[in-house]
Amino acid sequence: MRIALFVTCVNDLLYPDTGKAVVRLLERLGHQVDFPEAQTCCGQMHANSGYRDEAVPLVRGFVEAFDRYDAVVAPSGSCVAMVRESYPRLVPEAAGIAERVYELSELLVDVLGVTDVGASFPYRVTYHPTCHGLRMLRLGDKPLRLLRAVEGLELVPLPGAEECCGFGGTFALKNSDVSTAMLADKCAAICDTGADVIAAADNSCLAHIGGGLSRRGAPVRVMHYAEILGGGS
Amino acid sequence: MSERLPHGSGRLAGPRPFPDAAVVELGKPQLRANLHKATHTIRNKRARVVDELPDWEKLRLAGSAIKSDVMARLPELLVQFEAAATAAGATVHWARDAAEACEVVTGLVRETGADEVVKVKSMATQEIELNEALEAAGITATETDLAELIVQLNDDQPSHILVPAIHYNRSQIRDIFTERMGDAPAGLTDEPRVLAEAARLHLRRKFLSSKVAISGANFAVAETGTLVVLESEGNGRMCLTLPETLISVVGVEKLLPSFTDLEVFLQLLPRSSTGERMNPYTSMWTGVTPGDGPQNVHIVLIDNGRSATLADEVGRQALHCIRCSACMNVCPVYERVGGHAYQSVYPGPIGAILSPQMTGVSASGVSSTLPFASTLCGACYDVCPVRINIPEVLVHLRQEAVDAHRGKPSAERTAMKAMGWVMGDRRRYARALRAARAGSAPLAAVLRRRKVRRLPWPMSAWTASRDAPLPATETFRDWWRRTR
Repeated sequence: MRIALFVTCVNDLLYPDTGKAVVRLLERLGHQVDFPEAQTCCGQMHANSGYRDEAVPLVRGFVEAFDRYDAVVAPSGSCVAMVRESYPRLVPEAAGIAERVYELSELLVDVLGVTDVGASFPYRVTYHPTCHGLRMLRLGDKPLRLLRAVEGLELVPLPGAEECCGFGGTFALKNSDVSTAMLADKCAAICDTGADVIAAADNSCLAHIGGGLSRRGAPVRVMHYAEILGGGS
Repeated sequence: MSERLPHGSGRLAGPRPFPDAAVVELGKPQLRANLHKATHTIRNKRARVVDELPDWEKLRLAGSAIKSDVMARLPELLVQFEAAATAAGATVHWARDAAEACEVVTGLVRETGADEVVKVKSMATQEIELNEALEAAGITATETDLAELIVQLNDDQPSHILVPAIHYNRSQIRDIFTERMGDAPAGLTDEPRVLAEAARLHLRRKFLSSKVAISGANFAVAETGTLVVLESEGNGRMCLTLPETLISVVGVEKLLPSFTDLEVFLQLLPRSSTGERMNPYTSMWTGVTPGDGPQNVHIVLIDNGRSATLADEVGRQALHCIRCSACMNVCPVYERVGGHAYQSVYPGPIGAILSPQMTGVSASGVSSTLPFASTLCGACYDVCPVRINIPEVLVHLRQEAVDAHRGKPSAERTAMKAMGWVMGDRRRYARALRAARAGSAPLAAVLRRRKVRRLPWPMSAWTASRDAPLPATETFRDWWRRTR
């Protein structure tokens, strides 16, 4: 199957290893991955911050970059939620592509029918199901099923997992104090699990969680779950 | 369009931007502990009783559909309600805003000659600041809901729709009773039973002496002219049955078309609200029943910004709210700051979409900041019994807030426009990524890690409490080009 990768702007600049892991993983499973270079940003930050007029050209740009593909995969729950939930409202012609964009675990489990991707990762891992993955995409236990099948990986439950980490895009800046209070509780819950690694489906949430953990000097490693599945580190 | 209709007044918007008000509340550790305990207790209770219903999602859909129908033909239903209630012996009054509603109620109490009234817990009367208006007219109003009484005795404001005193713990309540209740027994302990008994004796004297009661209503049935109040303590039932005069202040959005619609809402509300399968007291009355209960029955229907809200196609779903407060109990923002930071009688996620619409999102003070007081985590939408898509309305109101200030200089707008321009073209975007990577490379080399502890404004708000990531040594697209 020929699959286009929407790497997302955050991953392109800050977390390219996540994108590389998706490429490696899908190629290892026998699929061809395309990276349409016309892609930029999905427009989520603009749309969610109230800048609809600035978001609309980005939506059109996304449609142009990806319209010729049957399946688009993105290693970001919130970017996929943006495309699926908001695109049809912002630009009616984007409704078609919105149905063909998948978060990584959706592509693997629902479309390709794989749960064991042949990865090995001998560490204690806890998983934070980010809000948009959990409540907009309804990913459910798909990422967990993929992680449970990883050789050597010990998955430990995260208490209060469904609670937001306090990121919320520009919320982290506009309401920094409330965001920090939420983050403190999330970091404490993560540290209490004794996990070596905190994994999630969104590097923006992980940047927030990781920023809090490293400020505390907590010895927990932060990883996008694609990097665990891809075997990269 | 919504600008053409008058906005509401009353206790709907305070003067401070939300982040400023929130930081004050965050500095109260006892409040944080009280809120955490209370919201988690109610949230878990709700989850248990909702999970046991196999048709919960269908009930939510039904609730949402009924409310959409009500909003689509509100004028017609209001007229139907007025006719039915009037035929049953009630007198129906109409009030455009808080001031008009207070004037009507104050006049009605004056006509009876009473100088004291008992009150059933009611959001609408809090919204229009009726107690203050009555006091100014020399009329003493006593809240009879236990939690409302606690808040009133302490000259405070409610901080939650269902649990107005959620910000207090038991020992704080004992202190308030001891210092402020007047007839509190000596040696009061902080045992809930003892506190409830003290309030019970205090209130019993008021029930027996008051000639006038004031209530709100959870539902108003257009078909029959019936008003419905759900409560837990029975104090509401005392107010609704003992006095000679009963005045009910009801928001126009409380209507239901027919009596059988209650079947849906009497299942949705208690489970969402108190986490009970059924609430202890459900009182319904239709006008006057000769020889039984209040013989002088008035209903004051208030608009106060509801028509303005109804005019907004996306935002109008906020009027579907049945004031269950489930959204508050799951909201991570509310849990940290409590109700007072919202500076409205309607706090939490529903307050963040309802209050700014009722006052106008561009009103000064808290209104224009409330739509941003959310991470859009969606927990509120999941528990809402009438499926109000709160995140959708929040984003919609953010657009309105941003659009209201277009044309004025703003660093945020400049940054957003610049980023939009850069991201709108693949070449500009690729060049900007390379520039960001190259620009930060010396810093990364000095730090010998890809994390930074301090950044200039506006990112200083981030680095105040979190390290920030620096760009990677090679962007993904450069890696792709290099290796493919």
